[in-house]
Amino acid sequence: MSDHAHSHGDHDLPFWKKYVFSVDHKVIGVQYALTALVFLFFGFSLMMIMRWQLAYPGRPIPLIGAMLSGTLAADGVLVGDGYNILGAMHGTIMVFLGIVPLAVGGFGNFVLPLQIGAPDMAFPRLNMASYWVFFVGGVIMIGSMFTKTSGAGSGWTMYPPLAVTAAYGETIWLVGMVFLITSSLLGSVNFIVTTIQLRARGLSFFRLPFFVWAQLVTAFLLLLAFPPLEAAAALQLMDRVVGTSFFMPEGLVLSTVHLSHLSGGGNPVLWQHLFWFLAHPEVYVLILPGMGIIAEVIANNTRKPLWGYKSLVYSVIFLGFMSFIVWAHHMFMTGMGTTLSTFFQATTMIISVPSVIILTCLIISLYGAAIRFTVPMLFALAFLPMFAIGGLTGLPLGLTASDIQLHDTYYVIGHFHYVVAPGTIFAMFAGIYYWFPKATGRKMSDWLGKLHFWPSFIFINAVFMPMFFQGMAGVLRRQYDQTEQLAGAASHGLTLMSSWGAWLLALAQIPFIVNFFWSIWKGQRVSDNPWHATTLEWAAPSPPPHGNFPAVPVVYSGPYEYSVPGVSEDFCPQNVALEA
Amino acid sequence: MEPHPITGMYNGKFGIWLFLASEVMLFGALFSTYILLRVGAPEGTWPQHGADILNVPLAAFNTVVLIGSSVTMVMAWAYLKMKRIGMGQLFLAATFLLAGTFLVVKYFEYTEKFHHYAVFLNARMAVEGYEGQVTTISGHLAADSPALTRASNTGAYQAPEFVILEPDPPKGGGDHPPVVRIDGAQIKRLSDFGPRHSTFLATYFTMTGLHGLHIVGGMIVIGYFLATGSRFASHNLDKYANRIECTGLYWHFVDLVWIFLFPVLYLL
Repeated sequence: MSDHAHSHGDHDLPFWKKYVFSVDHKVIGVQYALTALVFLFFGFSLMMIMRWQLAYPGRPIPLIGAMLSGTLAADGVLVGDGYNILGAMHGTIMVFLGIVPLAVGGFGNFVLPLQIGAPDMAFPRLNMASYWVFFVGGVIMIGSMFTKTSGAGSGWTMYPPLAVTAAYGETIWLVGMVFLITSSLLGSVNFIVTTIQLRARGLSFFRLPFFVWAQLVTAFLLLLAFPPLEAAAALQLMDRVVGTSFFMPEGLVLSTVHLSHLSGGGNPVLWQHLFWFLAHPEVYVLILPGMGIIAEVIANNTRKPLWGYKSLVYSVIFLGFMSFIVWAHHMFMTGMGTTLSTFFQATTMIISVPSVIILTCLIISLYGAAIRFTVPMLFALAFLPMFAIGGLTGLPLGLTASDIQLHDTYYVIGHFHYVVAPGTIFAMFAGIYYWFPKATGRKMSDWLGKLHFWPSFIFINAVFMPMFFQGMAGVLRRQYDQTEQLAGAASHGLTLMSSWGAWLLALAQIPFIVNFFWSIWKGQRVSDNPWHATTLEWAAPSPPPHGNFPAVPVVYSGPYEYSVPGVSEDFCPQNVALEA
Repeated sequence: MEPHPITGMYNGKFGIWLFLASEVMLFGALFSTYILLRVGAPEGTWPQHGADILNVPLAAFNTVVLIGSSVTMVMAWAYLKMKRIGMGQLFLAATFLLAGTFLVVKYFEYTEKFHHYAVFLNARMAVEGYEGQVTTISGHLAADSPALTRASNTGAYQAPEFVILEPDPPKGGGDHPPVVRIDGAQIKRLSDFGPRHSTFLATYFTMTGLHGLHIVGGMIVIGYFLATGSRFASHNLDKYANRIECTGLYWHFVDLVWIFLFPVLYLL
């Protein structure tokens, strides 16, 4: 049994061991990123179908309507069950198969070891296993849509008793979920051990780039928050397959039939507690890596150190800790009782403080800066007000009184999409444009990047801004036909705006896809450090070879030594000692 | 592998501790489920004591077996650290066998449950041998009781024409009541003592089942080291001893979960 995973020369490996079953964190990172991007576009496509039904209810879907199966559509018109399946899968795919694998699996795997000066992750083979378990889980999850009895359709939240009694591919969805959670757990162990144990000499904790801190806290959230959902998934599988009654109360009647074969005695709210215990930290998993990327891009393109580095670090740690005790703010309407609700309202208000501190530090970092409006920076600058809108609109939801009006309305959809879509996804784009030169040795085209950015920014707001107003007016979510709710024409106009915004947003991604693939082979070749950045990954060759650094780096300073007085260049890399 | 100056652990050990933290959350969620369901359960649906339904002596024996396996696990690691590979592998084998014993006992415990039946009645009935009137009679099926069939969609037993039951002794102790025949019309629900029976048994089977799966997982790893260990150990004894140490940490955790499961399910 060999001691090192890569004791043999990299050039000796056959194709399948070098690019398919690789243990190199960079290859695995790219695998995660590409797979996640495919899932993201697929999940986006599902929503585009749904938005047709919302905008033009009862009309056949153009182009692909005829191709949809009987469970989804009749004569090209989306049916209620079909809408629910697409909705549940859209949420599931975007969160679990899209964002987390891209933000954590993709960016985390690729950048983290490089930024701490390590040759690879602590457990390279475990890393490879994590990716393949994720891949299999993803295939199973998507497969659940194509089962004979039709896919999971009880929302991405899968609340019982509906989810337990639903005759859908829910069971397969649950099995897929178990795979995904396992992949996540294995990955998070790897990230934590790597970050703590494999840092280069001189790289103390408070010299770490903020991106690394964000990934570290994210890894702890994944490690500790996912298991309750794994338990819950197992329990729901037991309810569905074995016929237990963990979530099924006494005396349940389904379509006039009393479910007397069940023992009863279960509690549907139990599922909600277990689910949201994970799902709340999960949303911080969705945003933190994005914040990490934005911090890196802002520091680099303002040519200044980040303002309030220590505040950022303490805030992100506090945020991670707090994220475990806010979960029931998703459950204010379950009749928990005012004492419990008040507790969670209080913790939810408190958790907004570190979020605001982080955003404020990033905004103040812009003050007095000579901003370089590179494509990553455009996305980073857009992130700031978009995340602000998303975060602020969460406050009325976290307050029990206003939540009564807003719960399960379009306001909620608007809130969380603002944080994740123009929030996290823009951060993901920023990251891709920023680190593409490190991964490939080539830059992506600037003008295609701007052609991607501006329409995306406009249309993404067109999709989600109307939802706040619809929500406040009382339009409920997860309704496949809004006609009765939208009694007035004005509100229907807002729905049309969202739908057309979504379709135009899809078109706006074409320059990105073209740019991405074209630049891999034909992009302008650049040096190892084209952005003149200070963090360690830029000290490695582009693309870095197996083992990353020709010589083990030693760190002499903090991560953002830009515009250091007395130094001739406007930046000083972390692994270069400052002149006396 | 060298221990890291800050954590004092080599990578694998740190990794296993983190994994165990996540396992604490997993079993913690299930214990929380148990608490929430028990506290919210309607009167009479949960047993007063686990001993009413579960086999405590068998489980107590299993507890001793598992603690013993933890001891042999430590001995294995200690011998390897003392560079005595033969003794180390021997104690590893002992651990494997004790784990197997645990599973065999569990198998008997489980199968006993599936041959034990509960009849939930539509109305209170007076039954000879029990005090007052009862809504449930549990016991074993007599030989002349008709065969049971399951509904295809739910998997639950369908109400038979009639059931001939050899009832269990009454709670306070005493003789087995005489054999009783119960008409199909009187039966609300028929169930074995499997997870379908009640939320208590559902919880019992899920928690002990998941724990059992963890034992199986541990056995697979130990089995792998039994098979390949001598060769690995002669190659790099230090690293091998570390691998066994990590396995041992996992194994102690699995034992610890059982130490919590046994009192909570069987004794409380």
